[in-house]
Amino acid sequence: MAFISSGYDPKQPMKDRITDIGPKDYKEFLPPVIKKNYGKWLYHEILEPGVLMHKAESGDEVYTVRVGSPRLMGVQTIREICEIADKHCGGHVRWTTRNNVEFMVDSKDKVAPLKEDLLSRKHTAGSYKFPIGGTGAGMTNIIHTQGWVHCHTAATDASGTVKAVMDDLFDEFTHMRLPAQLRVSMACCVNMCGAVHCSDIGFVGYHRKPPIIDHKILDQICEVPLAVAACPTAAIRPTKVDLPDGTKVNSVAIKNERCMFCGNCYTMCPALPLSDGQGGDGLIIMVGGKVSNRISNPKFSKVVVDFVPNEPPRWPTLVKKVRQIVDAYSKGAHKYERLGEWAERIGWERFFEVCDLEFTWHLIDDFRDPAYETWRQTTNFKF
Amino acid sequence: MAKHKTPLLDELEKGPWPSFVSDIKREAESRAKNEKGVEYQIPVDVCDDLLGVLELSFTDGETHWKHGGIVGVFGYGGGVIGRYCDQPEMFPGVAHFHTVRVNQPSGLYYSTEFLNKLCDLWEFRGSGMTNMHGSTGDIVWLGTTTPQLEEIFYELTHNLDTDLGGSGSNLRTPACCLGMSRCEYSCIDAQDLCNDLTHEFQDFLHRPAFPYKFKFKMDGCPNGCVASIARSDLSFIGLWKDNIRINQEAVKAYIGGEIPPNGGAHAGRDWGKFDIQKEIINLCPTKCMWMEGDTLKINDKECNHCMHCINAMPRALRIGEDTGCAMLLGAKAPILDGAQMGTLVVPFIKCESPYTEIKDLIEKLFEFWMEEGKNRERVGETMKRIGLYKILQVLEVEVDARVVQEPRTNPYIFWKEEEVTGGWDRKIEDYRSRHKM
Repeated sequence: MAFISSGYDPKQPMKDRITDIGPKDYKEFLPPVIKKNYGKWLYHEILEPGVLMHKAESGDEVYTVRVGSPRLMGVQTIREICEIADKHCGGHVRWTTRNNVEFMVDSKDKVAPLKEDLLSRKHTAGSYKFPIGGTGAGMTNIIHTQGWVHCHTAATDASGTVKAVMDDLFDEFTHMRLPAQLRVSMACCVNMCGAVHCSDIGFVGYHRKPPIIDHKILDQICEVPLAVAACPTAAIRPTKVDLPDGTKVNSVAIKNERCMFCGNCYTMCPALPLSDGQGGDGLIIMVGGKVSNRISNPKFSKVVVDFVPNEPPRWPTLVKKVRQIVDAYSKGAHKYERLGEWAERIGWERFFEVCDLEFTWHLIDDFRDPAYETWRQTTNFKF
Repeated sequence: MAKHKTPLLDELEKGPWPSFVSDIKREAESRAKNEKGVEYQIPVDVCDDLLGVLELSFTDGETHWKHGGIVGVFGYGGGVIGRYCDQPEMFPGVAHFHTVRVNQPSGLYYSTEFLNKLCDLWEFRGSGMTNMHGSTGDIVWLGTTTPQLEEIFYELTHNLDTDLGGSGSNLRTPACCLGMSRCEYSCIDAQDLCNDLTHEFQDFLHRPAFPYKFKFKMDGCPNGCVASIARSDLSFIGLWKDNIRINQEAVKAYIGGEIPPNGGAHAGRDWGKFDIQKEIINLCPTKCMWMEGDTLKINDKECNHCMHCINAMPRALRIGEDTGCAMLLGAKAPILDGAQMGTLVVPFIKCESPYTEIKDLIEKLFEFWMEEGKNRERVGETMKRIGLYKILQVLEVEVDARVVQEPRTNPYIFWKEEEVTGGWDRKIEDYRSRHKM
């Protein structure tokens, strides 16, 4: 493979350089029916799971077929999406903020052939390439992060856990039979890229062992004061260590009982790894968050399962616990009621009961001032 | 023939949901066959080795990616994240596997012509694997080597008229919902605002000048499809100030069962006949709606624009016409001191191009934060540290009861000297003339 230059000359990096031009103008990409009716939409209907119709003031209609995606996709799959969009949609396509793909057509008669085409395409091993769904009172795609496929702080895999959960809840993606929309998110560590902290259900990769200190290299690759300052609980202090070969090095000491396993020190200092495949790492499950202002205010998710072990490749315990929560919500909530609103209505004590989840001392907040707000200051509770 | 055996990953090819394992294998096979004769600029077996290292992580339950090194393109301080495998001998194809963030078009619409060009470039100079899209909104390209970075940037800017996104302590790539392009609820042109602010603040996007990352997100209405209230340091949420527009004929049609509620969102279960009293009026959080005969009435002054009635009866109710947006500051995920939701700092501002008033507020905020923010402190944490009132003073916005959920529950008010009659400068002699020791 010979190196092929784009025209860039490393000896003259500023020659013909173009910078700060920003993204391509979105207006160039709008399908004609979207461009024509921009800002002039009257209403929409969900004709069936995954199929939307938007009606414009002009009388125009646009039909959207929404399909799920694994988010992690190769250019062969993107090219196939383009091929479908060329065949049915005049060469236009869009993605949603939850990693679904939307194919739009400007008349109803184009919907059935598009749907048929999409559902006929499967990977050779059997999974759908383009499952239709993700609309209305159902489950849509799980927002997730990189996991073991690309991230250095991941405590679990993202694509793998999502695939396992989505396989199990596939029927909730292709149906609209839940009390309201169910937004599920996944993050592979507590940095939580993605709105896991405000989702109906979130599962989060999590460490449980303090960092291992690589004394030999710490002072060479990290700034000790930065590593010390990175700790939110002041568990890290500077120290000197005698290495087995007799040399004395600057390093850090960690008060293990103060560690909250956030990994911020590892972010600042690669000589402090936390990952542990020997029983340390796993996931927590959080529920009841939302970002919408509909009926009730936006809410944070709450931790309801303190630990689920990493069980690749299909994480059966995680899948089972999520399923328990979805089933109890589906059975118990009123129409329009989001998971967090339902849990608040019945009370969290009842939530644990109907979801068959254990309440342990780990679920009592003891992190700083806001913890107090989560303790009960009333006799209004249920037996 | 696969380069590495992947028995654990193969389990994830089963089941109905699109398999990312099948997708990576597809890319690996395509590169091995190379039917189009692409002169791959990074190892041909990069995707095979990606599967191999992932299988290793599935086996031992730990990630095999190292901390990123400093890589990037000349003159930029973001947009590329260095990534190296910690088993380079076993998986040489992914020994260097950097991420490139490409700034997405607002609203995530594409022409296939443009997408195919992106695919050509990434197949030629990278692994071919992508995230469509990353959590912040960028087109994320997974895996290339250092010598390819300038080449990719050159081709992006010269041939594709597109730029890199943000990373590090930069303005991160702004993101929006699809706004007015296909949504009847959008009170603002979220795509235009997103695109405009991205261009306006390019310098901050490409050159780290902040204490930490800073995110803009724009939601067209309080439904919040891009989660701006939870995920952005500065959130714009479209609102209307006037009356919800009512089509009484359509109200009757909903009551009569001719139109399914909520746009048909609940069609998969028999929830019984639509009951406007139970499903709309009783669920209204401010109880500002009632029926007079078969006419729906709304006391709009008491409406808090939660969107429920409009979502539930989209053919009968429309957002008002006096539109703008609220601005909320300081949302973030839990790292480090716990999650924060955006705090309302501007209850309503007009939101029309060229957005001069909004840009003035942003400039005041940036200037303040660059001065006062501590290293690795999100603006929401700065706000918590110094107090909401000081932020409102910085922004020079009027104080308004809307910015609090409730007034303070303690009397520890930091009065300013000029607010108190006679000032603070008092003489002990005068006091003693009234009070003997």
